Amino acid sequence: MRLLKSCFMAIGTLGLALTAHAAGGAKHAHAPEGGWSFAEVPAGKLEMESVQRGYQVYREVCAACHSMNLLSYRNLGEKGGPFYDSEYPNPNDNPLVKAFAAEDEILDPVPDDAGDYNYRPARPSDKFRSPYPNKQAAQAANGGAYPPDLSVISKARGHGSEGDGASYVYSLLAGYPSTDKIKTKTGEDGLNVNYIEFDKDKTVGVLTQPTGLYYNPYFPGDATPQWEGDPRHVPYGGFLAMAPQLPDGRVEYIDGTEATTHQMAYDVSQFLHWAGDPKQAQRKSMGLPVLLYLTFLAILLWFSYKSIWRNVAH
Amino acid sequence: MSGHESTYEPKSGFTKWLDSRLPIVRLAHDSFVDFPTPKNLNYWYTFGAILAICLVIQIITGVVLAMHYTATVDQAFASVERIMRDVPFGWLLRNLHMTGASMFFLAVYIHMFRGLYYGSYKAPREVLWILGCIIFLLMMATAFLGYMLPWGQMSLHGANVIIGLFGAIPLVGESIQSWLMGGPSVGNQTLQRFFSLHYLLPFIIAGMVILHIWALHVPGNNNPTGVEVQDDEKDTVPFHPYYTVKDGFAIVVFLIIFCAFAFYAPNVLGHADNYTEANPLVTPAHIVPEWYLLPFYAILRAITFNIGPIDAKLLGVLFMFGAIAVLFVLPWLDTSKVRSMRYRPVAKQFFLGFVVASLLLGWCGASNPDDPVPFFPKAADKLVVSYTDTAGIEGAAVFAEYSEAKTFQTEQQAAGATASMSIQKPWMFTFKLLSQILTTYYFAYFLLILPILGLREQPKGEPDSIHKSVLGDAPAEPVPAE
Repeated sequence: MRLLKSCFMAIGTLGLALTAHAAGGAKHAHAPEGGWSFAEVPAGKLEMESVQRGYQVYREVCAACHSMNLLSYRNLGEKGGPFYDSEYPNPNDNPLVKAFAAEDEILDPVPDDAGDYNYRPARPSDKFRSPYPNKQAAQAANGGAYPPDLSVISKARGHGSEGDGASYVYSLLAGYPSTDKIKTKTGEDGLNVNYIEFDKDKTVGVLTQPTGLYYNPYFPGDATPQWEGDPRHVPYGGFLAMAPQLPDGRVEYIDGTEATTHQMAYDVSQFLHWAGDPKQAQRKSMGLPVLLYLTFLAILLWFSYKSIWRNVAH
Repeated sequence: MSGHESTYEPKSGFTKWLDSRLPIVRLAHDSFVDFPTPKNLNYWYTFGAILAICLVIQIITGVVLAMHYTATVDQAFASVERIMRDVPFGWLLRNLHMTGASMFFLAVYIHMFRGLYYGSYKAPREVLWILGCIIFLLMMATAFLGYMLPWGQMSLHGANVIIGLFGAIPLVGESIQSWLMGGPSVGNQTLQRFFSLHYLLPFIIAGMVILHIWALHVPGNNNPTGVEVQDDEKDTVPFHPYYTVKDGFAIVVFLIIFCAFAFYAPNVLGHADNYTEANPLVTPAHIVPEWYLLPFYAILRAITFNIGPIDAKLLGVLFMFGAIAVLFVLPWLDTSKVRSMRYRPVAKQFFLGFVVASLLLGWCGASNPDDPVPFFPKAADKLVVSYTDTAGIEGAAVFAEYSEAKTFQTEQQAAGATASMSIQKPWMFTFKLLSQILTTYYFAYFLLILPILGLREQPKGEPDSIHKSVLGDAPAEPVPAE
């Protein structure tokens, strides 16, 4: 029976481990040095200042191509959101949120009295402005690649553990090879091609970047067709249509933080982690009282059990 | 419902009046208050009550979720996220419902393994066991239908795979397939019928649970000794308060585990791909079902060969459904006269092997069949250069070192031949092979081991009665394994 008991334990852990076994090729995404504050067990919190900066990075960089269709401006000012202000329990009144919304011009989803659709500044109740009117337009503008919606990207990557998705976003954004590694030569057709030389352990060779695509070790894919070298030791990762977006100083942070690649990738990952599950703070803060209550109840029931069964041999 | 004499005595005027018209209070009293229950049930026996709670949690959260869910392909994904974001406590309902499915299966598997170990399927409890198997089957159907509803990538492509299985049936397969989908492919009409059935099946499960409890209360509980109750006075205690408090304690401990997942790791038991909205044009790299269906998925994929006129696809489907069907006839496969494996030293070993095989099958189901199983030694990959020279003669050379292979390839190309390099994998112990071995054991356990062992095994130390076993004066009582 002791064995059976360990089997019982195993089912749970297996469930965890099993789902973790997927996606080959890409380098394992990692949390930034020091880890994520929100991934601390059991009830880690988001760094709200970082989430706020992350919104700025999203707004100024990502939003040029990526939509976030499941979010509204009001979410920014709701409880647990980056710009929540206890003076404004209704986020639609929050002046900061109103100002953020008003910065974007959207096509009013409701027609005016004449039946025309007009552009107007967004209100807190509106959805985040979408950079393209539809998927086809997004693809046409990005060489056929569709920039995925970022609303739940933090849940759609990784293996479901807290922080997995954020680690992926962070690793990807900060994980492009540095610009001095990328060399240019003239290809057979006379056009320039970019290539990267690898010389680490057994991964020795040259990786040619296809035109319009960028190598990233964290992006799931197969680099074999572009690899000149031992086919048994192809570099991790693949090619994606998004060029490196966060060179040092890409944004100028309002709070004066130095905008390094690491810092921007870190902040935007925190922001996307919040956006993927805006109610996470409520979820985690309710968890502890629930567990304490249940533990207390279990103790009471244990003693009731002991007392009721005290005269029965079993 | 129960076979024993009723001890219910209505006290007030109203209960007397009601009792002579609809003796429902008497029924509840005799079933859940005064029901004589063996006094030696251990914690493995609390999972029945835990499962009842799981069903209640799923139905309550599910009914409320359905109030906010939109079953159309355009809105399903967003409506689930809306529940998580904008519905008051919607995140709690959805996390409980989602985690609840996993917890339900965790509990049902323990409940079933318990039944297998203590021989709870044997006469006179065959109908009880079969009803349980039907509930298990309905649970799998319900879970599969429910997994479709968020309309993520795994929802769509998982549904495609499972519905595709029916296409393997000869003659009528394709008709069944399009009948299930409601059209030529999985689409809006499929989502709507899946939603409708996902709402219906839990109530059928609830009905089956009532029959399951009824069938339990006719012969009464089995118990860890497998010996029938002989003397109500000495062998049993009334269900209330003895088992209400014991089950209650177990339920609360189970809920602690449940809540730990629901509040701190709601997504860890699911698949991240299901947070990408379904797109028929993009197929996920690995399509895998939820963890609780993985062992059966492994059995399905283990069959990669044809037998006679039956092709591998149909055979895989037959094996997968066979793995569940065999449970239905188990009461007649196990020939042993002794119920509990406590007193079957050899069967106990095979049973443990069965539990391990089932868990490992789950691992196989989650893994790529062509990948090598970790921890097994494997030879290094080699390089093959295949070439066709100018005379049209083909050849190949094998190398261990890349530089040598490259030199050879360059030489060939310089001589005007076409030469390409590829990787030659050595023989590996793959997940496919492992799942084939485990599938063999799974079926052998039911079809060979239990029937033969029951006739040959020497049982050891079975007590005469429950009260003798609990008092410890049973002759040569072996050390109970728990």
